[in-house]
Amino acid sequence: MTGTAPSFLADWPWLTILGIVPLVGTALVAALPTRLARPVSLLTSLVVLAGTIAMCAAFEPDGERFQFVQAYDWIPAFGVQYAVGVDGIALVLIALVAVLVPVVIVASWNEAEEGEQAMVPDAGSSAPAAGRIRSVKTFFALILVLETMMIGVFAATDVFLFYVFFEAVLIPMYFLIGSYGGPRRSYAAVKFLLYSLVGGLLMLAAVIGLYVTSADQGEGTFAFERLTELEISTPVQIALFLGFFIAFAIKAPLWPFHTWLPDAGAEAPVGGAVLLVGILDKIGTFGFLRYCLPLFPEAADILGPYIIVLCVIGILYGALVAMGQKDLKRLVSYTSVAHFGFIGLGCFAFTSQAQTGAVLYMVNHGLSTGALFLVIGFLVARGRTRNVEDYSGVAKVAPVLAGLFLVAGLSSLALPGLSTFVSEFLVLVGTYTRYPVAAVFATVGIILAALYILWAYQRTMQGELRVPAGARMRDLRGREVLAVAPLIALMLFLGFYPKPLTDVITPAVNATMQDVGKQDPAPTHAQPTR
Amino acid sequence: MSTLLAVSEPATEYVAATGTLSSLWVLLALPAFGATTILLLRGRTRTWGPYLAIATCGAAFAWALVSFLELRGLENRSVDLHLWSWIPVNGFQVDAGLLYDPLSATFTLLITGVGLLIHIYSLGYMEHDERRWLFFGYLNLFVTAMLLLVLGNSYLALYVGWEGVGLASYLLISWYFWKPSAATAGKKAFIANRVGDVGLSLAIMVMFATLGTTSFEGVFGSAEQLTAGAATAIGLLLLLGACGKSGQFPLHTWLPDAMEGPTPVSALIHASTMVTAGVYLIARSMPVYVQSPDAQLVVSIIGAITLVIGCVIGCVYDDIKKVLAYSTVSQIGYMFLAVGIPGAGAIAILHLLTHGFFKACMFLSAGSVMHGMNDQVDMRRFGALRKVMPVTFGCMLVGYLAIIGIPPFAGFFSKDLIIEHAFNQGGTRGAVLGTVALVGAGITAFYMTRLMLMTFFGKKRWTADVHPHESPAVMTGPMVLLGVGSVVSGFLLVRGDALVHWLEPVLPEQEQEHVFEAITVSIMTVGVSLLGVLAAYLLVHRKAVPHFPPVAVSPLTTAARNNLYLDSLNESLLMRPGQYLTRMLVWFDNRGIDGAVSAVAAGVGGSSGRLRRLQTGFVRSYALSIFAGAMLVAGSLLLVRIGP
Repeated sequence: MTGTAPSFLADWPWLTILGIVPLVGTALVAALPTRLARPVSLLTSLVVLAGTIAMCAAFEPDGERFQFVQAYDWIPAFGVQYAVGVDGIALVLIALVAVLVPVVIVASWNEAEEGEQAMVPDAGSSAPAAGRIRSVKTFFALILVLETMMIGVFAATDVFLFYVFFEAVLIPMYFLIGSYGGPRRSYAAVKFLLYSLVGGLLMLAAVIGLYVTSADQGEGTFAFERLTELEISTPVQIALFLGFFIAFAIKAPLWPFHTWLPDAGAEAPVGGAVLLVGILDKIGTFGFLRYCLPLFPEAADILGPYIIVLCVIGILYGALVAMGQKDLKRLVSYTSVAHFGFIGLGCFAFTSQAQTGAVLYMVNHGLSTGALFLVIGFLVARGRTRNVEDYSGVAKVAPVLAGLFLVAGLSSLALPGLSTFVSEFLVLVGTYTRYPVAAVFATVGIILAALYILWAYQRTMQGELRVPAGARMRDLRGREVLAVAPLIALMLFLGFYPKPLTDVITPAVNATMQDVGKQDPAPTHAQPTR
Repeated sequence: MSTLLAVSEPATEYVAATGTLSSLWVLLALPAFGATTILLLRGRTRTWGPYLAIATCGAAFAWALVSFLELRGLENRSVDLHLWSWIPVNGFQVDAGLLYDPLSATFTLLITGVGLLIHIYSLGYMEHDERRWLFFGYLNLFVTAMLLLVLGNSYLALYVGWEGVGLASYLLISWYFWKPSAATAGKKAFIANRVGDVGLSLAIMVMFATLGTTSFEGVFGSAEQLTAGAATAIGLLLLLGACGKSGQFPLHTWLPDAMEGPTPVSALIHASTMVTAGVYLIARSMPVYVQSPDAQLVVSIIGAITLVIGCVIGCVYDDIKKVLAYSTVSQIGYMFLAVGIPGAGAIAILHLLTHGFFKACMFLSAGSVMHGMNDQVDMRRFGALRKVMPVTFGCMLVGYLAIIGIPPFAGFFSKDLIIEHAFNQGGTRGAVLGTVALVGAGITAFYMTRLMLMTFFGKKRWTADVHPHESPAVMTGPMVLLGVGSVVSGFLLVRGDALVHWLEPVLPEQEQEHVFEAITVSIMTVGVSLLGVLAAYLLVHRKAVPHFPPVAVSPLTTAARNNLYLDSLNESLLMRPGQYLTRMLVWFDNRGIDGAVSAVAAGVGGSSGRLRRLQTGFVRSYALSIFAGAMLVAGSLLLVRIGP
């Protein structure tokens, strides 16, 4: 991000390389003996991480909007291309992918043997007996395939290619939930898949609609930058916008399209849940910024205020429902509904502060909720139950676990000093300048966030010691601390120095704002004197 | 137009830091280093962690002292230290930077000075706690955050410190986390503070929306351009934040509960430093408040209401720490009252400083009593302790004389000036606020005398298993030093109006009317206080103190014992409806939204089930449907051809 990196690095096809490396890793995991599955997949993810760091170093924040661009014809008959490239927004999300995957691999080291599915057989299917050991190789192979898909979905600059990745990403996740999840994994996996497919179908219709429109105005294309130049009548814009929006709103998920998330988040294996909520859901909010706004600016302008209402409802509703949850993982899933309300608010408030905040929020939410899911996963792996009421006073026997739970929780409630505060405040302050009433209601959400986090902490970690029968409540092992520590270190660092991210995000956001034809409202009373 | 521009020139200009002051960040880095080291190495710092914490706090005090001396030698005493660009997004530019001026310099001395003494005291008080190292880590964390709060050069930087102290407070209140009451008290404190934070957040948003900046320099420089409405909005929102942090009505109920924390915490965080941050916030924002007399009046009124509430409830509790907590609520009420009076901001800070000494002194003395009495807090089980704990008694006595305002003890000077300024506003406002402050002084004298009599005088009412003893020197030392501060600080700070002149660049004085002469007010104040002492003597000391609180009491006493029903009000207005709402929404989410989704899924499933029946396997029926389809296609083609 400094722009001082050697120039030859900038010419590398980074995105394709980063997409292929995990596939190579998958092949290796499949070919090599089981005992090598873990080290090989970890090594693969670290190679991706290193490559991503190099790519970020080569990225020029003030350069072209899309960088590391590649385009090859794929289905020439329909103008479909293999076209990739990143702007600042996609770059930071790919960086998030690259950070979270190794973390998930380290955290899930023994998932196949010790995960939740070992507790109870699946109630709904012809399930194997309890305690059956799942295929270690498949688990890590699925995660690596997922990484390719996740990088692809953010890197695609061809709408059709994006659609392909958008749907393809469901498949590894479906198997992660369905094969390695908790007791109701079948139900959750199918619900997740169907929900997403319905959204995907609407989007497919809109994608075809876009192609038809472009064909009407010249050559049919799916290339993003050429689609932004189309002149689309307002009613058509609204129809196409809704096609994309509903798909993304389900993905994100925005209230009231959220009910698949608590089930999927709760039943997914911990690593899967981190990638699901941390990254897959971001595809939805990323889609708002990348597709809904630049392609259909008029529709966005007309529908924006209604979406803001949905987001504010989501913030308060998600928080209140989170408070009423007895299942720890469902609780975290509902907090995410509230957080996605904030992100949506930032996307549709149409100020550069709010949008930069929203993108930053996507990254920070991945780190923060990732950490929270991991710590809760460690707790559940010990207690063998997700029920809040089965735990009490755990801090007495597992102080490190409790401490990390608290830090992750504090990041979820956006404590200043942690990176989540920066993004949440940017969203709020940016929203306030255009929609003060919405900002006021959303700000009340910060009280509710404190309530659900501290209450969950109090119920599980404080009070007199009481643990589930037969559970061995030992403190965190070195490997577990090692998995969470990078997330917390990043959140602290970015809390005090988010500039490396904002420097990259802001130009991309400015370009988006320009696409929509919006400007930040000027201060109403005076220009600052400084 | 040109005159208008001249008016809009910034009223405050900060100069860049030079010399020693350019490394002012060290002040923050020292305790931050201590906290980080201890929290990361955890149990490995068991032996040396506490000493590291004390050393960093001591070094920070020395650094604060050096910086203070440096600042005194400067012509322009508002020094700005830019550190790095923190949140830069187009028009929203927030820098990480420090502002060192007379106000923040004063606070850094108070925080590190009292902080150091309490660190040392904790060495003795927490001696038997096996997580002692963690306690010191948290204390250092608190000192770091509190220093950031008073040194930050923008509202956002202040906000980081603001929540940081809230976190430290939360961690330390729920120190004995296995006690449900302690865990609940910590959570309550954090939530009440968050309610206030909504105010602070919104105030910052209004500032950005109206002035386009959140730095002190930017906001204060253009504060004159705010309309009265915007200034009032900012003022009231900041006040909400201040009320949360400083335990002011209606957000004060967390502060007495915060006494669940170890006593050094009560002394440092919940008496002398953190809870006064609200006063700092309002004093710091004076250029905004100057634009809105209405907001200032509300500040004073909130202060007046709180000081009465604190006094009244303080009279009925038997828990020594709770009495002190309510007296803190009440004394901070005085500070709010003062900081809302135009031109009396410096007086509020004066009371804040003297209170910092005498209240810390009293809390530490109370801690010393508890240390000797097996951690009991019920004053009905004390009595006659002055002989067995002479040093503790002496310190408590000094603090007592200071808080009830007997000259020449510190509290006299500050409280007297507040009452004087309150009256001298003139009119109804002056009469009402002045009278409230005066009556409050009388009630303060009453309940404080009651505390002294029940604890140190009368007969022994100890439970069988206690063997009271004087505390070790590591505890009494800091107490004595704070006691000395409680005696001399008031006199030193008002001599030649030292503090008022020192704070002049930040909190300008204002000419006031003279409703009463200074000496008249002094005589009234001391007179009313002595009446309170006399009343307490007659009511408490003349008859034996029963072991259990009397049951047949006046409605006011009953109400006061129930915190004037404010907790119950909060419970029935917010907590219970909130719980019902939550339960209702959970039900709605499962049945309503997800129910609708499931219904759609079931509908689709049902329809496809019916569709499936079309697949009969009979060639004839397939042939029929092919035929029907062909007819449909042919028909439509014909229709299109024939049509227009």
